[in-house]
Amino acid sequence: MLTIATGNKAVADAVKDAVPAVVAAYPITPQTEIVEQIANYVASGQLASKYIPVESEHSAMAACIGASATGVRAFTATSSHGLVYMCEMLHWAVGARLPIVMANANRALGPGWNIWAEHTDSLSMRDTGWLQVYVGSVQEAYDATLMAFRIAEHADVLLPVMVNLDGFALTHITQSLETVDPGDFIPPMKLPHAIDTGRPAGYGTLTAPGDYYRFRWDIERSMRNAASVIEATQDEFGKRFGRTYGMTEEYRCADAEVVVVAMGTLGKEVEIAVDILRGQGVKAGSMRLRWFRPFPDLDLAGKEVVVIDRDYSFGFGGIVAHAIASKYDVPIFSVIAGLGGQEVTYDDIAGFVRDRRPGDEYWFGVDA
Amino acid sequence: MYEIRLHSRGGQGGVTAAKMLALAAIREGKFATACPFYGAERRGAPVVSYIRIDDAPIKVYSQIRQPDLVIVLDMSVMETVDVLQGIREDGRVLINSPHPVDMQGHPTYHVDLTGIALSLNLVIAGSPILNTPLMGALAKMGYVTFDSVKGAIEETFSDDRNVEAAQLAYEELER
Repeated sequence: MLTIATGNKAVADAVKDAVPAVVAAYPITPQTEIVEQIANYVASGQLASKYIPVESEHSAMAACIGASATGVRAFTATSSHGLVYMCEMLHWAVGARLPIVMANANRALGPGWNIWAEHTDSLSMRDTGWLQVYVGSVQEAYDATLMAFRIAEHADVLLPVMVNLDGFALTHITQSLETVDPGDFIPPMKLPHAIDTGRPAGYGTLTAPGDYYRFRWDIERSMRNAASVIEATQDEFGKRFGRTYGMTEEYRCADAEVVVVAMGTLGKEVEIAVDILRGQGVKAGSMRLRWFRPFPDLDLAGKEVVVIDRDYSFGFGGIVAHAIASKYDVPIFSVIAGLGGQEVTYDDIAGFVRDRRPGDEYWFGVDA
Repeated sequence: MYEIRLHSRGGQGGVTAAKMLALAAIREGKFATACPFYGAERRGAPVVSYIRIDDAPIKVYSQIRQPDLVIVLDMSVMETVDVLQGIREDGRVLINSPHPVDMQGHPTYHVDLTGIALSLNLVIAGSPILNTPLMGALAKMGYVTFDSVKGAIEETFSDDRNVEAAQLAYEELER
């Protein structure tokens, strides 16, 4: 059905359509509308989930872990300080191999207190073992959330998925949204190690050095499987519902000499900058990273790369720029822009690309 | 692409107005993005919403800097806010006012949205509802059709007086 929705409402609608057994929720700006809307769906009988209003984000993830461990689908949403508060439990969900789905409204960390978009919150959780996808429109927020359940619960994955959407820039804007009837696109969840009182077993016990690394390797093996599961799921989604997605979204990349890499809504704005640059004779292309974990294979051979990081690792650099630098031997101009909701326009982006200095780092608004 | 900037005060329904206009556009097969600018607003403070309408999917997420249309729901915001900032040379202005207003030569339309709301007793918590009559004025200006405005209002509100208010504004809009 075609309607309009905010990014937050789109996530809530996808959750309604995926019917998790348990939703554990703690509000935080700018995701609050997600858990409010889900609460409405549960209260009005449109969604038959157990809704647990917990006392903190750490508890929200703990409740999802408890629910998921019994073999049922679980969802929560958070943002920024809420996400980092649940950090311990994020690692736990991965180690316990629980396919929880969570939406994260990307928001800067304080102080200075700030409620606007930045990716440092989720990127600082990149080593937890959660799959991470970053979306660039209201429709994509819905589609990615729906697909996240199928990907997480796939027998070859069994890892949690974090769907990231830019705070305010996407959570609070209204665009068209076409919801679907998922039917058997999301099969019932089957967790091989679900707690079963008829088959008692020990969970979370001491794991000695002789065994621990095997579990770590098993997580990595599943993460390596995840890329093909993601691609197969996205292809199947496209066949059934007509909207196709890749690990990245590429725009005018094939013959590009300089490729701009960004994530989230900035990655969409880049496409307009690319059109402007092409009009000025600069052979530019856009490569919006959708998935950050697992990290996709990128075709960057022979190209110059401008990476726009809406994040930063202090004492090191832009997190996306360094991820690319570690995998690809290409000249990179690293731009740090959009922190804490800093306004970045397509004209600004076109300027970064025109004035690029491969090998350098440039802080938008700070450097000359 | 049309880029519209709407100035109002917190609590006057500017955000809902932007959403209804987006809905009306989408019902016509167009694409639209409505985005409120969130800062430290509270009821009564000057606020801004943006609406973009286009025939193709919209990729812009930054704020509108050169609006094609500026809407002013509450003229008192003009005492502290430069509502014409960045407006295109041929940009139009729509003002909630019973009288013509000179906006530095820009084609300026006026309609008494407050008067229309009060005449129909369309009042919530002591505030007249301005956004549904506004939809009628925007239809008259050609941004969307009156039919899709009517549909968008009916999808958003159940009270028939809202459509009536839009109809009155459609008829009473003057340049």
